[in-house]
Amino acid sequence: MKTDIILCGVGGQGILSIATVIGEAAMHENLYIKQAEVHGMSQRGGDVQSNLRISSNPISSDLIALGSADVIISMEPMEALRYLPFLNKEGWIITSSKPFVNIPNYPDVDKVMADLNKVKNVIILDIEQLAQDNGIARSANVILLGAAQKALGIEYEKLENAIRRVFGRKGDAVVDANLKALAIGKEAQR
Amino acid sequence: MRKLLLGDEAIAQGALDAGLSGVYAYPGTPSTEITEYIQNSKLAAERNVHRRWCCNEKTAMEAALGMSFMGKRALVCMKHVGLNVCADPFVNSGMTGVNGGLVVLVADDPSMHSSQDEQDSRFYGKFAMIPTLEPSTQQEAYDMMEKAYELSEQVCLPVLMRVTTRMAHSRAVVEVKETPRAENELNYDAKASHWVLLPGNAIKRNITVTGQQAELEQRAVESEYNKYIDASDHSLGVIASGIAYNYLMECYPDGCPYPVLKISQYPMPKELIGRMTAECDAVLIAEEGQPFIEDLVRGVMPGNAVIKGRLTGELPRTGELSPDALKRALGVEVREGYDSCEDVAPRPPALCQGCGHRDVYTALNEVLKDYPNARVFGDIGCYTLGFMPPFKAIHSCVDMGASITMAKGASDAGQWPAVAIIGDSTFTHSGMTGLLDAINENANITVIISDNLTTGMTGGQDSAGTGKFEAICRGLGLPEEHLRVVVPLPKNMPEITQMLREEIEYRGTSVIIPRRECMQTLQRHLKQKKAQEAKK
Ligand SMILES: Cc1ncc(C[n+]2csc(CCOP(=O)(O)OP(=O)(O)O)c2C)c(N)n1
Ligand code: SF4
Repeated sequence: MKTDIILCGVGGQGILSIATVIGEAAMHENLYIKQAEVHGMSQRGGDVQSNLRISSNPISSDLIALGSADVIISMEPMEALRYLPFLNKEGWIITSSKPFVNIPNYPDVDKVMADLNKVKNVIILDIEQLAQDNGIARSANVILLGAAQKALGIEYEKLENAIRRVFGRKGDAVVDANLKALAIGKEAQR
Repeated sequence: MRKLLLGDEAIAQGALDAGLSGVYAYPGTPSTEITEYIQNSKLAAERNVHRRWCCNEKTAMEAALGMSFMGKRALVCMKHVGLNVCADPFVNSGMTGVNGGLVVLVADDPSMHSSQDEQDSRFYGKFAMIPTLEPSTQQEAYDMMEKAYELSEQVCLPVLMRVTTRMAHSRAVVEVKETPRAENELNYDAKASHWVLLPGNAIKRNITVTGQQAELEQRAVESEYNKYIDASDHSLGVIASGIAYNYLMECYPDGCPYPVLKISQYPMPKELIGRMTAECDAVLIAEEGQPFIEDLVRGVMPGNAVIKGRLTGELPRTGELSPDALKRALGVEVREGYDSCEDVAPRPPALCQGCGHRDVYTALNEVLKDYPNARVFGDIGCYTLGFMPPFKAIHSCVDMGASITMAKGASDAGQWPAVAIIGDSTFTHSGMTGLLDAINENANITVIISDNLTTGMTGGQDSAGTGKFEAICRGLGLPEEHLRVVVPLPKNMPEITQMLREEIEYRGTSVIIPRRECMQTLQRHLKQKKAQEAKK
């Protein structure tokens, strides 16, 4: 298997914790992993992205080529659109629906939604609302991970186990909240 | 043991496993995580490996050289521009040579993700006449650290290891050793005169080191990291160094049809390059950074081969390489994705909400409304973002410390008001000496040291001068009445603006210190406190 994933959002939205869970699951399966992260300047409310590649064969490039990403997981709708040239035509966008408006020229939200809906495979979720309704406000980003499960090509149980290993140190309550978030996301898949 | 490590972390682990006794560094993206990893390492704590941040790259380089003098293995880490700051000890460490292994790790930032320029540190390696390594993978970065220390001790020279952003900040699974090597014993060479670079000694050393160059090149020819991979189609050959090798291989999942020379150790292995230029009709040179190899190949041995690369436009002249840049250069089809979308606006970074620098700029802008000709000399840190709207408050930003000295030069030229704004960490990095120049001439400048108690831009590392700024300014001879301290908060606006006005009107050197903790470290400290209380 080989999956090229772009994780994106706005600095401070916690995209790297999703990457950590995917990385943990992949590592446990003895898959090859490359993950290019963004550190430094771009974290102060700027756009951030990470290229995560997992494969059963050795991976050469740390960066994903144009038209090659299988999944874009985004914490913010406009940010998902930023990486469209990297998405292959059969690829998936899994994104939060909630705009993060910290710039004066944020585009018209209806247009952003329309652009997203033009993509063949897209899941748009109000993860913050879903998380709040289910009393797991701090695990909203893991809902996206659950919704991306099929597109990622990683078995559901393996993601569950990775969550147990990654969050285990923080106690059962945190693990349970994240498992619940994963399940909510899974339900949202078509 | 397998670990998922950032390139920076692999380097740190590699150094620890090679028997490191001290890391000396000043933070700088993308090198910061190396020192941070060592600061958090259990092994480093057990061994009491030196791991505190230094004031700047020059003090770091010199302290590491001192540790090497005593026979122990030391590591210096910095971003590329840091090498300019420590160029003097760096180049001269090539003259003194080393005793314990010394690795100088420099992280370049092509495309300037968070830097002022995209200078290529390999030029410095050649300049100082020392071996230079450039890993392609995280595993190679880890393995190379031990090899680098061995090489350094064998040839008695420091070794430069050069990485770029994508190596430093990309994660991969790395196989690491179970048992780290022991540290070196303390020892020094009692007879060695080469550490005293008086002309008489230095002339001898210069002959030795220049004489070593042929051996260093031969080592590069034989290096396990420099590989010549032959292939049947000789219409082209590709030289790829460091991370560019990965992008090349990405173009050909089933293997490159052309001969490939992977270069990860310098001086340039001319013999291997000569083979390629002799056997191939054309040679494409793919390297991250400036056309370092390309320039030398073109200049030294063009042979009959046509040489292509960044200088001839096959690859972009500036900026990072990518798999697609290589595909275009090689005529491999670039895959078509979705069209880029019009409804995407740039989202530049900004000062955090609640940041004290915001209040400083608000006050400064308010006061400078009355001085339309004022010039504000900025410096390097989060507060450089004061250039952006809504503040648009600074007129220069060059290198660490330049705010004070440029303001002084401007004032010497007749400018008034000349205001310098500098962060606390930048002030102790390179601002103090400039302030002494200003005070000695009582230059007509107003210096704002915006003290947020941390090195904010690079993620909140300890700042060397915390708690000492008033004492430093007094010690440099600043009169007490022109040393002013204030808390930058909206409610204190009248106080700050009045202070600024008074000190701008004063015809001499004054320092204003607005002091309030960075919001990011404040939140971190509150969290830590909460966690501690929960434990009790
Ligand atoms: C020579 C050099 N070393 C390191 C850096 C990386 N760097 C940029 S800003 C900065 C920290 C500045 O801290 P401070 O002056 O306290 O300002 P703050 O970011 O906290 O506002 C560092 C280390 C650099 N640009 N140049
Ligand atoms: S990190 Fe700290 S210093 Fe930098 S902008 Fe944020 S609050 Fe200000």
